[in-house]
Amino acid sequence: MLAGGGFMLGFNWQAGATAVGLNEVPEDFYAINAFLKIAKDGTVTIMSPNPEIGQNVKTSMPMIVAEELDVSWDQVKVKQAGLDTEKYTRQLAGGSQSIRLGWKSLRMAGATARRMLIQAAANRWGTPVSELSTENGRIMHARTGRSVSYGDVAEDASALQIPEEVLLKDPADFKIIGTSRKNVDGSHIVQGKPLFGLDYKKEGMLTAMIVHPPAFGMKLKSIDDAAVRAMPGISDVVIINAKPEGFSGTWSDTNAFPELVAVVGETTWQVLKAKRALEIEWETTSPLENSEDHEKGMQEHIDAGEGAKDRVDGDTAAAFSSAAKIVESTYTAPLVPHNTMEPMNFFADVTAEKAELVGPIQTPENLRTTVSNLLGLPQDKVSVALTRMGGGFGRRLYGNFGVEAALISKAVQAPVKVVYTREDDMTQGTYRPAYKVKYRAALDEDNTLIAFEVKGTGIHGSPVFSNRYPAGTVDNYLAENLRMDSNISTGAWRAPRSNFIAGAEQAFLDEVAEAAGKDPIEFRLELFRRAMSNPVGDENDYDPARYAGVLELVRDKSNWGEEMPGVYRGVSAYYCHNSYVAQVVDLVVENNLPRVKKVWCAVDCGIVVNPDAALNQVEGGIVDGIGHAMYGALSFKDGAPEQNNFHSYRLIRNMEAPKEIETFFVDNGIDPTGLGEPSLPPISGALANAFAKATGKRLYTQPFTGIPDFFDIIPASG
Amino acid sequence: MANYTLRINGELRQVDADPDTPMLWVLRDHINLVGTKFGCGVGQCGACTIHLGDVAVRSCSVPVSSVGDQQVTTIEGLSSDGSHPLQQAWIEHDVPQCGYCQAGQIMNAAALLKQNPDPSDSDIEQGMNGNICRCGTYVRIRAAIKTAAETSR
Repeated sequence: MLAGGGFMLGFNWQAGATAVGLNEVPEDFYAINAFLKIAKDGTVTIMSPNPEIGQNVKTSMPMIVAEELDVSWDQVKVKQAGLDTEKYTRQLAGGSQSIRLGWKSLRMAGATARRMLIQAAANRWGTPVSELSTENGRIMHARTGRSVSYGDVAEDASALQIPEEVLLKDPADFKIIGTSRKNVDGSHIVQGKPLFGLDYKKEGMLTAMIVHPPAFGMKLKSIDDAAVRAMPGISDVVIINAKPEGFSGTWSDTNAFPELVAVVGETTWQVLKAKRALEIEWETTSPLENSEDHEKGMQEHIDAGEGAKDRVDGDTAAAFSSAAKIVESTYTAPLVPHNTMEPMNFFADVTAEKAELVGPIQTPENLRTTVSNLLGLPQDKVSVALTRMGGGFGRRLYGNFGVEAALISKAVQAPVKVVYTREDDMTQGTYRPAYKVKYRAALDEDNTLIAFEVKGTGIHGSPVFSNRYPAGTVDNYLAENLRMDSNISTGAWRAPRSNFIAGAEQAFLDEVAEAAGKDPIEFRLELFRRAMSNPVGDENDYDPARYAGVLELVRDKSNWGEEMPGVYRGVSAYYCHNSYVAQVVDLVVENNLPRVKKVWCAVDCGIVVNPDAALNQVEGGIVDGIGHAMYGALSFKDGAPEQNNFHSYRLIRNMEAPKEIETFFVDNGIDPTGLGEPSLPPISGALANAFAKATGKRLYTQPFTGIPDFFDIIPASG
Repeated sequence: MANYTLRINGELRQVDADPDTPMLWVLRDHINLVGTKFGCGVGQCGACTIHLGDVAVRSCSVPVSSVGDQQVTTIEGLSSDGSHPLQQAWIEHDVPQCGYCQAGQIMNAAALLKQNPDPSDSDIEQGMNGNICRCGTYVRIRAAIKTAAETSR
């Protein structure tokens, strides 16, 4: 029971119920669970367990609970849960999986609470449960005309046994899921209310800024901080080490610069000035890399490297030797930073007994583990509260900034908020890897695809998914993967690997279709038909029918094949994060620059929980994908990034975004799959294919605007 | 350190700060108005946009010593209750994803509409080109400005 009356109900967020209908409630119902509560006045508070990075789960996850609870959405208040592994599992924002993996248990949570409320009313009235129904937070007994609000029976319900099984709604009866609901934080966002990590403040809090080595391959040698210590507002200068001898962290402790100098003081500006005034000597401990080295190394891999042959179907060498036509192309992309708009930051208040952490992080559980290990505090003495995040894109999977806050707070024995400058943020590492991939395709005399080879490499790993399309559609197939080492750290970046490989693959297939003299959509559909009727191999990790479905949908909606003067069209389709996306780009030329007039997008992500917010995600992924393909590049000289802020690193801006994006969702009633990432990967392929239509030139290297003759080959404005 | 009397959102506020302290940090650290966001610190992203008089400026690049008695308006002062047509339009179009840049977008748009109450599509794109949205909500930002321009008429 909650103080003041009300109904606290635990539920297992990720419990594995399997089908709509009767579902077993797990035995550990109270023991491991999250909660919703219902107040006497009927207000329902639903906790949102997963980190909110702009993917809108703080709205959509509670919508699912509210649906099964059968309340009206305006009765619901949503609160962000902090890290609580007793109540929740997978409190992580990554892989577009929050809704997909939460779907069943979120529904169970609402349905179980509804069932208990009905039982409480049945007990009060002495009626069988089967005679009662619910609507908008009320329980009704039709035969007698009685009704009672959830708030009135909440206290009784909270004392009841958890039901052994509950009935989930028929999706046809959904009233909230599938309807557009506004972002629950929207009103606060537009009024500038404190929501984000950087906005967090606590009495007595100091500000800390870090100084990391200026280049990958360097470390701290010596520091002269005498002058800085005397600067106004400065309280301390400390050296911290997030990877002491013998410490082995988790995957999310990826960090090229564990040893840092930290300046601590009162205001941000005072600390920033002090940080700039520090005199630090660095020493080189490993080779200082250049972008040319990366390019050369990856090209050597592609030309002469022996990779792991991760999938071999048939005999590609034999097929190529008998081919009528061979198409061959190599695609490359550079390292890119995440550049969340809110720079890395975190709050920590560490004492001898406990550590209190607050801030924006996609992996709060990993942060707690690392801080617990480094500080020698038991896990239950380390708390992590989640703020809204000014973007994630994968960067906040790697919580070095949170660890740094804890170490600095411990060192200075005060609550501190670590604040990265944009320059710190952009030059710290954990980038989207640089990639290179070579494709080869063989066509026979009938222009049928008879062999397909892909060979990929990248910094710390290949982008190739060996069992994805077009694997399964061609008898002779080979996927070969290499990995290049570097002292530059890389990591997950929105739609990892897919963010590059989709565009490369889809641009290549366009070339193959052209060589085959076939319409690019029809060519792709032919391959899917093959995979549907007679798939090659049994490890293909996609459903060719759903793949073909989005392609057909975008073909029909965009009137593909229609000629429009001055409009150049390109298509692509891709599968990732359990969802299927196909896109058509309409490119025009304005002021001698290419401009995306319209993107047509078809998405199959199963049931769409919050349609307008889902459209927003899709639109954002498209803009993000176009932006990074066109402009994104971090280049290196002597181990140091050559770009460190938005004057030299170009992000897509308003004038460069598509004029219009129209999205169509496949309505198939399948349980929801990922949506935060899938619209991004294919768009660079559709864009490159449209560009090829306009100019006859294929774009092989990202960023496209970095291709030396990119602007020369734009046709004059029509 | 120097003492400044600033006119912020219609109130007089006393601040002790170094003369070169950017208004961004005066607002966030000294006055606790954190709606104005830090994005780049070099006037390139627009997250810190405020108004000096009727003009949108990047507060990261405006030293407190240069403000004088000009009226400073921040997102918190655009309206007392979120009722400004742009704030309403932003909600109507459900513009934000992460939301971090949106206060700056709205402040920039508010100055744009003051200058040009009936902007064309191209006026909006050009006028908003200095504000980066990393989530890519540009299409909705444009639509919300259109809506606000209509409702303000």
